Amino acid sequence: MKTDRMKTALLGTAAFAGFALGGAASASPSVPPTPEMISFACAGCHGTSGASAGLTMPTLASHSKASIVDAMKKFKTGERPSTVMGRLAKGYSDADFAAMGDFFSRQKFHPTHQVVDAAKVKRGADIEEANCSRCHLDQGKEGKDDTPVMASQWLEYLKMQAALYDSGARKMSKDMADKWNRLSKEDREALLHFYASVK
Amino acid sequence: MTLDRRNFIKLVGGASGLALAGCATQDGRQQTAPAAPAVAKTTELMPKGGARRVVVVGGGYGGTIAAKYVRMLDPSIEVILVEKNKQFVSCPFSNFYIAGLMKDMSALTIGYDKLAANHGVKVVHAEVTQIDAAAKKVVTSAGTLSYDRCIVSPGIDFRSEEIEGYDAKAFEAFPHAYKAGPQSALLRNQLMAMKDGGTVIISMPLVPYRCPPGPYERACLIAHYLKKHKPKSKLILLDANPDVVSKKGLFTKAWNNYYKGNLEYVGGKKVTQVNVAGRSVSVEGIEDFKGDVFNVIPPQRAANVMVKSALVGEDKRWCPVDTVSFESTLAKGVHILGDSTSIPSDGPPMPKSGYSANSQAKFCAINIVNLLNGKPTVQFSGINVCYSAISDTESVSISHVFALVNGKIKVTSSAVSPVDFSLTKVEFTYGESWLRNILTEMST
Repeated sequence: MKTDRMKTALLGTAAFAGFALGGAASASPSVPPTPEMISFACAGCHGTSGASAGLTMPTLASHSKASIVDAMKKFKTGERPSTVMGRLAKGYSDADFAAMGDFFSRQKFHPTHQVVDAAKVKRGADIEEANCSRCHLDQGKEGKDDTPVMASQWLEYLKMQAALYDSGARKMSKDMADKWNRLSKEDREALLHFYASVK
Repeated sequence: MTLDRRNFIKLVGGASGLALAGCATQDGRQQTAPAAPAVAKTTELMPKGGARRVVVVGGGYGGTIAAKYVRMLDPSIEVILVEKNKQFVSCPFSNFYIAGLMKDMSALTIGYDKLAANHGVKVVHAEVTQIDAAAKKVVTSAGTLSYDRCIVSPGIDFRSEEIEGYDAKAFEAFPHAYKAGPQSALLRNQLMAMKDGGTVIISMPLVPYRCPPGPYERACLIAHYLKKHKPKSKLILLDANPDVVSKKGLFTKAWNNYYKGNLEYVGGKKVTQVNVAGRSVSVEGIEDFKGDVFNVIPPQRAANVMVKSALVGEDKRWCPVDTVSFESTLAKGVHILGDSTSIPSDGPPMPKSGYSANSQAKFCAINIVNLLNGKPTVQFSGINVCYSAISDTESVSISHVFALVNGKIKVTSSAVSPVDFSLTKVEFTYGESWLRNILTEMST
């Protein structure tokens, strides 16, 4: 199926190449959806500008473009397990994913205020420094390449993802598996408390 | 006389109880109050200055988002949000309250103060009696508001004339509970007061109506309540449609697996008459159903103010709009979104849902800002996600992605939860997050 956005993109190319455009050629004079048009719709579940208030929903604001694109492609193929996300991803193209990545990478980091265990946060800080900080930069506030923003994600969401990793339902990169698999259950828990606490 | 914003809102808020001519009460019924005094109709509430102005009518799932996003996209545009009520109560998740799974409606209720504080939306609490597209004015119970563009997200009212005997008394005795608030409380209280061994009857209309899975979710949660607290009782769902119209496989499985003894679904039963004194409803004069508690969900149309403003189409029910900016095809400069609309669609239309309204509001905001700034409009892209609880710990969902195809809105992807119920527990938690996120988005 060709959506009107593809047609207008094609027409745009044709116009650029010097073809005449007939009045009836386009069903709509509108331009194809902008990153804002595509990404605003995500906020119903992920919060305005991707700043989530829902405890099991990740914040998308300030993720790297590559991180969003990588996640959406994996949701679409089912490589990353999901409920609604994979079903929705099937309605979008790689270009749409790039537009979402473009939009969310432009949004400000979203600090959350949540209850965490201080002792676990302290222990988690050391674990993070020694194991995670080369890829999840600035205490998880910044992604490197396709690594997601960890800082200030809701603890409940982080725990759900950790459970998916531990069950094997969600696949880890080899670099992450090398580190994560060496951590004890308590260390993993502490690490999540630490990330949830970073503002 | 000069008024700063705070005084202005106080003045307007105080005036909201003025006479209303033939407009909807909160419960959506026609009111026969005397006509508003001429002075209230002609007084310009906030004389328009140099700034471009958008007036948004209706502070629900669509209107709050449209108002906020216009301001986010272009703070030089003045936005006035007109809403009668001081607080908004969400219909999504109100079935939890009705069925005793929420102690009150606080988790469903939001205010408007932060839209004003964070985004500079000017909130006016008054009732809109007419949208005068020719004069580019919104007429309210407290005076008029001129606009450059108007966005209307008014919701639904009921075609109660199609149910014989559905008068003001029946409205209270057999509540619809299909606008959240006092009606939800009426139904809940009747359920709680019912003796064990009683019969609850829900009747629901033909499509299209607001929130396609809503009545089926309600049946699940009320049956859950009966099973737990009044196990000798029974729920009968009378569906005017020949068969379940939303998430059929999921709902029928839930009914069979969890509520077999308490819930009976009957398709093709259109309730055409209610008998409050006799505690019964009639299906097309042929068949009567007796019961103890009745939830009559009448057939629907766009809100009464749309009928009065000649914004309703030839079907006399819904408001036709274009797909460029959801501008009314009957009135220039008036953009309509949410449950009241009829949008040109290729295949199934966008469901009349809160999420659809949210998505439509953003499209509307983007394009109104572009139109006011002389920029080209942007094609539609949108989402719908609806969670329905099937018990106190499990939910199922449906999701859609929409795009513009040949000038019409088309579903490009749609799916429901797996029917093996493997994800119902996790989807229940996602549903809770959905409510929190979408209400936060509407109120901050």
